[in-house]
Amino acid sequence: MLDFPTWKKFWLWGLTLVAVLAAMPSLFAAANVEWPEALPNPQVNLGLDLAGGSHILLEADPAEVAVQRLENMEETVRGEMRRAEPRIRIGDISTSGGELSFMLDTPTDIDRARGLLEPVMMGNNLVREWDLRVVDGQRMVLTPTEDGVDQAVTDAMDSATEVVRKRIDGLGTREPTIIRQGDTRIVVQVPGLQDPDQLKELLGKTAKLEFKLVDLNALPTDVQAGIVPPGSQAFPYSDETPQAGQMVAVRRLGGIRGDSLTNAQAGVNPQNNENVVNIQFDQQGASKFCTLSTENVDRPFAIILDEKVISAPNFNEPICGGSAQISGTFTAQSAADLAIALNSGALPVELAVIEERTVGPDLGADSIRKGLLAMLIGSVAVIALMVATYGRFGIYATIALVFNVLIILGLMAGLNTTLTLPGIAGFVITVGAAVDANVLINERIREERKRGRRVVAAVENGYKEASRAIYDANITNFIAGVLLFLFGSGPVRGFAVVLVIGLFTSVFTALVLTRMWVAGWLRKTRPSDINI
Amino acid sequence: MKLLKLVPEATNIKFLRLRVPFFIFSLLLIAASWALVLVNGLNYGVDFAGGQEIRATFTQTEEAPIAELRESVGALENVGSPVVQTFGAPNEVSIRVKLPPEAEGNPEFAAEMTTAITDSLKSDYSDIRIDGVDSVSGKVSGEFRQDAVLALLAAMLAVALYIWIRFEWQFGVGALFALFHDVSVTLGMFALFQLEFSLQIIAAILAIIGYSLNDTIVVYDRIRENLKKYRKMPLPELLDLSVNETLARTVMTSLTLLVALVPLLLIGPASLFGLVAAITAGLFIGTYSSVYLAAPVLIWMGVTSNSFVPQETKEERQEKIARGEA
Repeated sequence: MLDFPTWKKFWLWGLTLVAVLAAMPSLFAAANVEWPEALPNPQVNLGLDLAGGSHILLEADPAEVAVQRLENMEETVRGEMRRAEPRIRIGDISTSGGELSFMLDTPTDIDRARGLLEPVMMGNNLVREWDLRVVDGQRMVLTPTEDGVDQAVTDAMDSATEVVRKRIDGLGTREPTIIRQGDTRIVVQVPGLQDPDQLKELLGKTAKLEFKLVDLNALPTDVQAGIVPPGSQAFPYSDETPQAGQMVAVRRLGGIRGDSLTNAQAGVNPQNNENVVNIQFDQQGASKFCTLSTENVDRPFAIILDEKVISAPNFNEPICGGSAQISGTFTAQSAADLAIALNSGALPVELAVIEERTVGPDLGADSIRKGLLAMLIGSVAVIALMVATYGRFGIYATIALVFNVLIILGLMAGLNTTLTLPGIAGFVITVGAAVDANVLINERIREERKRGRRVVAAVENGYKEASRAIYDANITNFIAGVLLFLFGSGPVRGFAVVLVIGLFTSVFTALVLTRMWVAGWLRKTRPSDINI
Repeated sequence: MKLLKLVPEATNIKFLRLRVPFFIFSLLLIAASWALVLVNGLNYGVDFAGGQEIRATFTQTEEAPIAELRESVGALENVGSPVVQTFGAPNEVSIRVKLPPEAEGNPEFAAEMTTAITDSLKSDYSDIRIDGVDSVSGKVSGEFRQDAVLALLAAMLAVALYIWIRFEWQFGVGALFALFHDVSVTLGMFALFQLEFSLQIIAAILAIIGYSLNDTIVVYDRIRENLKKYRKMPLPELLDLSVNETLARTVMTSLTLLVALVPLLLIGPASLFGLVAAITAGLFIGTYSSVYLAAPVLIWMGVTSNSFVPQETKEERQEKIARGEA
């Protein structure tokens, strides 16, 4: 046991040194001292509960994706049939019951229709996304396959994540984290954000912008009751408009969608000081808008945002310049938000905020201060107790404890883990429990001395006999810690991280390092008795 | 230098003489705890009940208008009766609102309620600063509850299994029983005092499991050692000896952890209070269960000094006879 070859010492000190050095940038940051830029700078990340900021968990409803997908398929089918040479006439198209069905006017078109739809039903990944069956020789029914729906949800979530990222970037916040979680969730973490209302507002908007012709044939009283002529649908006015509560009937097809925008910008109309959003169409959108406005001068169209009408002005003249202005009852803030939302594109699926945790920066800083002070006092108390009880051996345990804390910090910085408020409690518990190994060893040495063993043999036996229980205890704690990490969420995981890292480091410092120091001392002084 | 000795040398306390009364007491404690949990219920925090906890500071006022807040927030739609209390300083408040039944099936409900409450706070009080918001929908809180139960069960079973492998099955059962006691009593305390039960408390219970196991393992390790050493000693006596031999360590370790925790309990961040208080209580519960539950269970499950001696096979026995040793 006294035999510690130089190479072993070299490695132990080397490892310790590396970990302690890795802890330095974090300590400098905590003390508000600048760390030299030329050096590597691994940092312990502070969790949002310490640094302040917002954590928002968003969830999409996959059923909604399926509905949207059916609607898109309807458009596709109509297009394919119209473009066929000669044109295939269809009717009675419906998207109810999770499937798309339509009638062919001439049953003999079946094989041609099937041939046109076949490539559409296969997805990009060579997975069949739709099944086709023919009922009564004339009605075609398209049913989405499970693979197809899964793929659609994945695609929708991928692009939703991208849209969320763009919107948050549009807010100009620093270092947001945006991660897909599971099949239908997105985690958004924005450090330093004090008031997440604007963010939530922005993420809650799908920003689906549509321009549709108002159906002038619909009777206002019918529309109000939700009855519209075939080929039309009714939308309510947005709550912010003076017409809130009224409904507008618009033609379902032939409108323009917001995805043909290239740019949107908030502005003020100089004539009446109204807040407006100026939009710019892409080439295709511009020509469509030009046609629509030319053919419908003096007729009204509705600007529909997220299924709500924000205004229904007339086309006063053909608009062919590719730009337009949306006015409604915007505030400067809501105009700016809408511009960001339009620029980032529409969310392919509505996202609901299902969890939000926000901590103001003052509260976080206060927690760190109180936590560190408590940890400092606790450590001093533990050290005093250890030194008073075990003398020189207590001092070794104390030095090991200090190294332990530094190495945990260093590892956390190196492994890029996050320190949370419960993590600080984890540190305190580690400080209190890590010395348990030394207590076990030292008590055992006492016992062995009492039984009359000589110093070296007593120390040797102390370390040997105690290490069994130390390993077992640490392994079981490790199991509990890992399970907490796996099942835990958010800040609680930070607690598990500190505990688990602390288990490894405390075995290293309390068992290995102290043994090296004790061995060195025994070899040098060869004491005939020890005070323990 | 004279060193501190917390426990006199060579104690011989007959801990296990009272094992039957203590065991019955423990069983009653477990039963009472579960009865409390079932009757009183746990005071679920936002994490497990859904709803929101909003923390705010009145920057210009010495004392927060608690009663007024209770009324104004309670008057909002769907809020019911909010729990409003000071948190930390007298001008800092926490407002807790549970999700109403109407929230069922509407994942956005919690977020909308949060906005309604913070908006009304900000318009009512010009000097209010919102320090933190925890808003959890019913769906997420349901998942948290499920994960919490799974984590606790998995942790108890996994460590019991480990102890079975490292020791003997009786030790695994003993450890599991002691852990079940610790978890039950901790839950019972939370049900009795109606302390807020949050995700942090699950972390605390897992820390208690870990700590209690430390103790159990140290005692078990010594029991195993003594079983091999004193082959003829009656088990109760041997258990007493083992507990006494490890007593100095038990006291010292409990004390170091206690002195580390107390400052955190007294001057630490208010939001850690529940977690630290639970662990501090668990320190005592866990130490007790290691001595009075984990050890005596071994007697009743028939651990003998042969448990750790490999059984002789027939062939070995015959070999011995042949060599004239037996």
